[in-house]
Amino acid sequence: MRSKHWYDYLWIWSIIYFSLGFFNILFAWLGMIDFLLPIIIAVFRGNKWFCNNMCGRGQLLSKLGGALKFLGNKQAPRWMASKWFRYGFLGFFLTMFSNMVFQTYLVAAEARSLTEAIKLFWTFKVPWGWTYTAGTVPDWIAQFSFGFYSLMLTSMLIGLIVMVLYKPRTWCTFCPMGTMTQSICKLRSKSNQNNN
Amino acid sequence: MLAKKYAVVDQSRCVACGECTHVCPKEAISVPHGCFAAVNIEKCIGCGKCARACPAGCIKVNLIRQGI
Ligand code: SF4
Ligand code: SF4
Ligand code: SF4
Repeated sequence: MRSKHWYDYLWIWSIIYFSLGFFNILFAWLGMIDFLLPIIIAVFRGNKWFCNNMCGRGQLLSKLGGALKFLGNKQAPRWMASKWFRYGFLGFFLTMFSNMVFQTYLVAAEARSLTEAIKLFWTFKVPWGWTYTAGTVPDWIAQFSFGFYSLMLTSMLIGLIVMVLYKPRTWCTFCPMGTMTQSICKLRSKSNQNNN
Repeated sequence: MLAKKYAVVDQSRCVACGECTHVCPKEAISVPHGCFAAVNIEKCIGCGKCARACPAGCIKVNLIRQGI
């Protein structure tokens, strides 16, 4: 087994992130680190070091799922790790992300007002107003926070559901960040081979 | 005749999550360049821990026979 490093404890970050969102929604912006860092590493270093070593969510699912082993260690259905499902989910996720950015834009343009709620599974609206005092920051910054936190929490919940049903890190088979970074790495290594 | 068990990855289905690298007791499996997992057959002892952990179910433990 490998020796422990500081980045082996980043699962704690994942817990802190979701907890902070219960107190002040503006902390949701910190989640952008988990969005940008994997891509930056994949583009500039050509590897999945983020997924492989420092993703707090992946670590948390692995640890929690490992502790709940008595629930079984069932293999997820084959389609869940298939290319069409992975890319399909990535496409869906990016569409929802763009929609969230668009809603933020509408608020910035004063075409709609700020909604102090989060939306789970892109469907269920949950009042979340206690985490924000109106007027603290421009409305669009708060709107993005609610939207982004919704996205983060929804994907975490999906991750936890498949963790309970199947192997601990089943979420990682179709996680949009994982799919995106692997594609970048494959493209990069293909172009490297072609250049050599 | 020598027989040895070792892990084989179906690289077309690997999602490069790296879970296998964390459970391997021999550091015999890695994810080079973020593309897919690769097994170092010299180091692998065929224990199957990686196969049990792999969420994509793309690792099998095979038996190979070496020598005559
Ligand atoms: S696939 Fe997603 S959840 Fe899994 S380690 Fe990578 S970024 Fe984290
Ligand atoms: S079979 Fe065991 S030793 Fe071989 S790569 Fe898998 S975990 Fe490592
Ligand atoms: S655990 Fe499975 S899917 Fe993940 S890197 Fe290893 S072989 Fe690939």
